[in-house]
Amino acid sequence: MSRTVVNAVVNGEPVEFLAGGGQSLLDALRDELRLTGSKEGCGTGDCGACSVIVDGRLVCACLMLAPEAEGKRIETIEGLADNGHLHPLQHQFLEHAALQCGFCTPGLLMASKALLDRNPDPTETEVRYWLAGNICRCTGYDKVVRAVMDAAADLRQEGRPK
Amino acid sequence: MSGVEYLSPGSVAEAVRALQVDGARVMAGGTDLLVQMRIGRAKPNVVVDLKRIPGIADIREEDGAFIIGAAASGAALGEHEALRKAWPGVVEAANLIGSTQVQGRASLGGNLCNASPAADSVPALIAAGATCVIAGPNGEREALVETIQVAPGKTTLAKGEVLLAFRLPKRTAHAGDAYLRLIPRTEMDIAVVGAGVCVTLDASGKCNAARVSLGAVAPTALLVEAAGAALVGSSFDDAALAKLEAAIAAAARPISDKRGTAEYRTKVAAVLARRAVLIARDRAKA
Amino acid sequence: MSDGNQPPSSLKVVGTRPIRPDGVDKVTGRAQFGADFHLPGMLTGRIKRSPHAHARIVKIDTSAAEKLPGVKAVVTGADLDVGAGGDIEAGEHAAAMKDVAANCLASGKVFYQGHAVAAVAATSPEIAADALDLIEVIYEVLPHVVDVDEAMAPGAPVLHDDMFTKGVTPKPAKASNVAQKHVMGRGDVAGAFAAAAVVVEGRYTTAAVHQGYIEPHACVAAWGADGQSTIWCSSQGQFLVRAMTARILNMPLSDIKVIPAEIGGGFGGKTTVYLEPVALALSRKCGRPVKLVMSREEVFLASGPTSGSSMDVRLAATKDGKITAAEMTLRYQAGAFAGSPVNLGCMTAFACYDVEHLALVGYDVVSNRPKVAAYRAPGAPMAAFAVESAIDDLARKLKMDPIDLRILNAVKDGAKTVYGATVRYSAFIETLQAVKAHPHYQSKLKAGQARGVAAGFWFNIGGESSAAVHVDEDGGATVVSSNPDIGGSRASMAMMAAETLGLPIERVRCTVADTTSIGFSGSTGGSRVTFATGMAVVEAAQKVVADLKRRAAQTWECDLAHVEWKDGVATCLDPSKDAKPLSLKALAGKSAKTGGPIAAEVSLNAQGAAAGYGVHVCDLEIDPETGRTTILRYTAAQDVGRAIHPAYVEGQLQGGAAQGVGWALNEEYVYNAKGLLDNASFLDYRMPVASDLPMIDTILVEAKPNPRHPYGAKGVGEVPIVPPLAAVANAISAVVGQRMTSLPLSPAKVLAAGKAP
Repeated sequence: MSRTVVNAVVNGEPVEFLAGGGQSLLDALRDELRLTGSKEGCGTGDCGACSVIVDGRLVCACLMLAPEAEGKRIETIEGLADNGHLHPLQHQFLEHAALQCGFCTPGLLMASKALLDRNPDPTETEVRYWLAGNICRCTGYDKVVRAVMDAAADLRQEGRPK
Repeated sequence: MSGVEYLSPGSVAEAVRALQVDGARVMAGGTDLLVQMRIGRAKPNVVVDLKRIPGIADIREEDGAFIIGAAASGAALGEHEALRKAWPGVVEAANLIGSTQVQGRASLGGNLCNASPAADSVPALIAAGATCVIAGPNGEREALVETIQVAPGKTTLAKGEVLLAFRLPKRTAHAGDAYLRLIPRTEMDIAVVGAGVCVTLDASGKCNAARVSLGAVAPTALLVEAAGAALVGSSFDDAALAKLEAAIAAAARPISDKRGTAEYRTKVAAVLARRAVLIARDRAKA
Repeated sequence: MSDGNQPPSSLKVVGTRPIRPDGVDKVTGRAQFGADFHLPGMLTGRIKRSPHAHARIVKIDTSAAEKLPGVKAVVTGADLDVGAGGDIEAGEHAAAMKDVAANCLASGKVFYQGHAVAAVAATSPEIAADALDLIEVIYEVLPHVVDVDEAMAPGAPVLHDDMFTKGVTPKPAKASNVAQKHVMGRGDVAGAFAAAAVVVEGRYTTAAVHQGYIEPHACVAAWGADGQSTIWCSSQGQFLVRAMTARILNMPLSDIKVIPAEIGGGFGGKTTVYLEPVALALSRKCGRPVKLVMSREEVFLASGPTSGSSMDVRLAATKDGKITAAEMTLRYQAGAFAGSPVNLGCMTAFACYDVEHLALVGYDVVSNRPKVAAYRAPGAPMAAFAVESAIDDLARKLKMDPIDLRILNAVKDGAKTVYGATVRYSAFIETLQAVKAHPHYQSKLKAGQARGVAAGFWFNIGGESSAAVHVDEDGGATVVSSNPDIGGSRASMAMMAAETLGLPIERVRCTVADTTSIGFSGSTGGSRVTFATGMAVVEAAQKVVADLKRRAAQTWECDLAHVEWKDGVATCLDPSKDAKPLSLKALAGKSAKTGGPIAAEVSLNAQGAAAGYGVHVCDLEIDPETGRTTILRYTAAQDVGRAIHPAYVEGQLQGGAAQGVGWALNEEYVYNAKGLLDNASFLDYRMPVASDLPMIDTILVEAKPNPRHPYGAKGVGEVPIVPPLAAVANAISAVVGQRMTSLPLSPAKVLAAGKAP
């Protein structure tokens, strides 16, 4: 089993870890870096529970190999809050009760952040289609969509840097 | 996934060398390969990641033609304004693959070379008359997209060959393309049927060229020449469309599987082809 | 016990929408689910599973696997030792422990593709995977059967040669796949049908569907050298996991501590065990902690979906629409072992309606599929699909409005259900009326659009629960709950305690305790936690209040009868005493002087749970050339008693409706000719995604709070999945002009129906 040293920036911090050639980025985040916020719901890119942002792109960490992380900038759920201050998305998810079991929530939050980074004023339809890769079984999506739209409004109002 | 070696060559020559080893598999976005590794269908010794090869993910224009790096992601295609304007059918087909997350990684090269009969981008590329630029131990060659898939999971790429880029020909005036697929949900399903169409109009609005390609109704994507012929010379009237549908029904040879029955696929193929034709025509007029 | 009929305006916390106390952990990734635990020396466990639908295990040879460096333990069914005793109450299903054990690791035969036959624990996931390949299993493949009607037919391959249908006299001479026949009814059905002005009938089928929780089963088990063990797992019932694991490994209950992790969805599917006894058996063999997590494929292959079904229903009615009689036969798949919820299907099928003459027969049928597990109102959605479709037929035949027809037949307080309970505190009629008056129902449909209406019922249960309330020295409070939180119940527990104590919600925290830290409780399921565990929380808080009053009386040296407790403050009503009011904080601060720590724990068996009723309306349209359905508008109304935290009650309605829509349109298990599952992934097991659904409006009907609960709560979690199957099917039937009788209503089925003459 050949493992290589990988250097990346995770949530703004430089990290170094050992990666197996065939190990997924998700397993590396969870098992090597102990960042267990990203979840495995399926391991095959169908549920979005492992969503992270790599060099500004929303991806499923289960569909990326750990060695690919070399030199990349990776954002996970653990980095969404800013020094303990919740991101408007996190705040609105709580306000709207947009989570029940919470397992899909990290993936949904990262996917929603990626949306609002690109499109600060999405319509309901745009939100739903963007989030189609994040399966939630508990909420029926209603409150999730409302939370994302309200967070978008918060961010527009604040004009704050992402 | 024990004992897999990960390679990330920095040049085409390096990649070609690496791919000549037994058990080596190429990877662009990895959205098919990693799934197959996960379920045990693919067991590579070596994964050859193309993404550090210069230009492999670039999208550029060359005298009106577009050269799309084989590893360019669906998301990148969708963000390329000029490409979207010139080839909306190709881009919308690529953008239908998977979720937003998958779009961040999935590539046209992977979609073609994975050779699923239901690959979304392939009918659109075939309809567009796209070609592939392929590098191998014996140098470079170019081939029409419709010559690449031979059977589910199998391509005409020889050992050591790697797909570098797609070339979309220069757009003629009054041409338009479109891609439609049928899935049970709104997203996240493999196409039950896919239809890619490219039509060109003459000055009076009649069709003077048409390419119609189907996905998921045969072991590979099909170029249905009779369907294109049914449109040429017509003004997309009901009679021509009926001929088109008949040609589709005759050409489609789908299987019945967990995603649809043969009967259903054949019926819907005709419907989608007709609808895609009309969208392509409207785009050609605009 | 306080009166559940307090007018809402007198409540300060109950009925509001505070942020849930466990919320921040969940939105920051800090919350720990079953697969998130790491322990020193922890091994990776993996399970070897049958590739065949039905086979005898001739031989298992684990020797090569045991020799592989890095492999620390290997177990098979022989390592399980089910102790004496019969069934254990498991949520809403009694579980025969021998069957549960054989389902965890096969004994003698495998009954479905994916049935576990052996397990390994190794120092890395790669070595564990290699070890599985080294385990040699020799099978004698047997003929298989997956369809419920085929499994009942004479000549079908028989799964268990000791299965003689229960509920049949005389006992059958031959073994079969029918585990049990249930019969219930009343009156003179034959006579009523003979006299009926109108009869409608139909045969309905539904496919097996999975609960679809996004978190696969996961646990970590650590055996101690003295036998004392710890299990961390995602489960709907830590006491249930303890009981089942102890029984399967023949251990005393007190030797197993089960710590409930956060749970990523359960919906009933996690009210049993698959992994925990196996993980502990592995840990027992090598003395190291073992983590065992299912892949998504394993979840589909080897964890219980709910039953597919085949049902025949007939209704008899007067020309004015009064249903006088109903006859129904239900055949439900149990999967590999007995125990489908067919009896619950029989009990709930007509529970919404006042029907004098009833005859119901239910068959529990085994077949070569995974053993079914509970799924949100187990047994009810399928039965309601058939009944509510038949009622829709009746409404069409009589040209009656579907809501008016249901109001005419709705059950009222005092009526008796077929299973002998008396209807109490029912707001079913109010719920129907609320739907009728709602803008959705009043709105006009456009051409090509159709509307479906359906109702549904669920008992909701009470049962055993425990809770503790501890007052902190600075005047805050901690609630300790016996139940895993699958829908936000920690918020409701904290709210009810806050209301009772008179504290602001921010001063009350709620935790879920392990099996050593709180009294016994039944599982989280049956829509019982807000009702039963809530009742325990409130009683504990009331005990604390009584204690606080006593301490105030002691402080003031006044009569206890003169102490009033309101809004967190004790006031002395005796004018002769110089007694300044004492806040909870003040009393807490000097608790040592007034008797010691202020805390109370209550264990109870909650009685008086009230049933719930739901009514759903679904507008949709069909693409006539492809049969594809688009849901346009959806409203879910429900008789909820009182919504403790309205946002989380709304969430239950929306989530249940979404599951029901998936059940109706696209979800099913697809088997090939070899009895192997074709769609064991989220790619081809098609659950609704965000773009498949519109906003789901909700109507919370609080016309009849449950007076048996201190704040009037009724269970709400399960009712919402019962109406949607027929709500969707009734709408599609309206569009295509033909009764749709077979779920799921995939595009191909709908297209074929639309074209039929």
